[in-house]
Amino acid sequence: MNELKQICKDALTEKKARFIIGYKEDKNKRVKPFIAKTPEDAEKLTFSHHAVNNLAVYLSRFKNNIDGKIGIVVKSCDLKAVTALIQENQIKRDDLFIIGVNCSGVVLDVAKEFNKDNTQIKCKYCQAKTPPYYDALAEESKEFEMPDDDQAELMAKIDKMTAEERLEFWNAEFEKCIKCYACRQVCPMCYCEKCIVEKSEPQWIDSSSTSRGNFSWNIIRAFHQAGRCIGCHECERACPMGIPLTLLTRKMGMVAFSEFGYRHGTSLTEPTLIGTYSTSDKEDFIK
Amino acid sequence: MEEKFEPKIAAFVCNWCTYTGADLAGTSRLKQEANARLIRVPCTGRIDPVFIIKAFENGADGVLISGCHPGDCHYNAGNFHARRRWILFKNLLDFIGIDSSRLYFSWVSASEGKKWVDIVDGVIDAVRIKGPFKQYKKMNKEIEIPVAVEEGVSVK
Ligand code: SF4
Ligand code: SF4
Ligand code: SF4
Repeated sequence: MNELKQICKDALTEKKARFIIGYKEDKNKRVKPFIAKTPEDAEKLTFSHHAVNNLAVYLSRFKNNIDGKIGIVVKSCDLKAVTALIQENQIKRDDLFIIGVNCSGVVLDVAKEFNKDNTQIKCKYCQAKTPPYYDALAEESKEFEMPDDDQAELMAKIDKMTAEERLEFWNAEFEKCIKCYACRQVCPMCYCEKCIVEKSEPQWIDSSSTSRGNFSWNIIRAFHQAGRCIGCHECERACPMGIPLTLLTRKMGMVAFSEFGYRHGTSLTEPTLIGTYSTSDKEDFIK
Repeated sequence: MEEKFEPKIAAFVCNWCTYTGADLAGTSRLKQEANARLIRVPCTGRIDPVFIIKAFENGADGVLISGCHPGDCHYNAGNFHARRRWILFKNLLDFIGIDSSRLYFSWVSASEGKKWVDIVDGVIDAVRIKGPFKQYKKMNKEIEIPVAVEEGVSVK
């Protein structure tokens, strides 16, 4: 723990970073995003099983030039978002000071202690507990018992349904949507200045929360994340209605991999999935 | 008496190949079924997946998308980009419950009037057998104009 504070303090003192986006614990013991601007602020930085937020979302919202580098504390899943943002030309690697943290899982319910039954879905299939690259690394890596990946099981179950049953399943889920757009706001990859759902001439998606509008909104958002979602599960965490949004985005990630061998957020330089094509892309479904 | 179900098909076709192919079918006086509404777009690359959703929202029972064969695109690579997008979108729709019995893709060139007729007729037949897209229509219904408005009560 002190290691993280020390690294950040040094970075701010030595001006390796202009400020650091990290976490701090508030008076109610809730771990929240915090921007440390001075070496004294760095004292407040912390990391724990309760550091759930993907802080990369702040990076995709910085459009103006910052004098100096932006420091950011990232878990390995969050780092994928940073990678993807660099790959999509939203930010430059050189403008970042990345403080990686070894992560041993984060909580699902922030009000409870971390344990096997209180683990985020993404941690259940997380491949790398240590970020693959960084400018500084903090925290010890700890082993923890991995619960079953129940989302993969649910996914397989949905795959086995008939199309009608699947539509019914999703309809029942999407019907709950209240169009608050929390899923979009929290997503590091949803950085459009004007989201399609806000376009009114023509209006592509009904902005009222009718079944029909909810259905198109959720489909289109999932499509815009196809092969772009880095799987931080922030959308699902933010959704007040408990819609299993990552079932869709994770599925699309799996399709991107099975059809194109592509995994977003793993390469800084590879062309993006949608930004390119191959003349040998599959076409057995086209008559 | 129950009316015979006639499916509505929205067909998005590219200006350079399929639209011209469909035109050729017409000028050659080939017979085809009349259930498909053609929507001409400059290129298959112009077809945002939101168009497909919009078609279903507007009551389509099936959607057909057609453009130039790979390598024949007027803009060189529009259809290659489109194909990649379709693979993703098709998989997404399938997972959501709109499977390949409602969504069709083809390459039809400007000289393939006959192929166009076969494809359109095939799609119409398949969707006719499948029946109306009741689940989507139910969703659409929810926001139909309330009766009071239809009867002339001003909403402004
Ligand atoms: S849903 Fe699509 S249009 Fe809206 S912000 Fe996300 S990526 Fe952009
Ligand atoms: S769609 Fe959800 S899981 Fe994917 S990057 Fe956005 S917030 Fe993270
Ligand atoms: S966060 Fe949930 S309720 Fe809000 S817009 Fe997204 S899916 Fe709908």
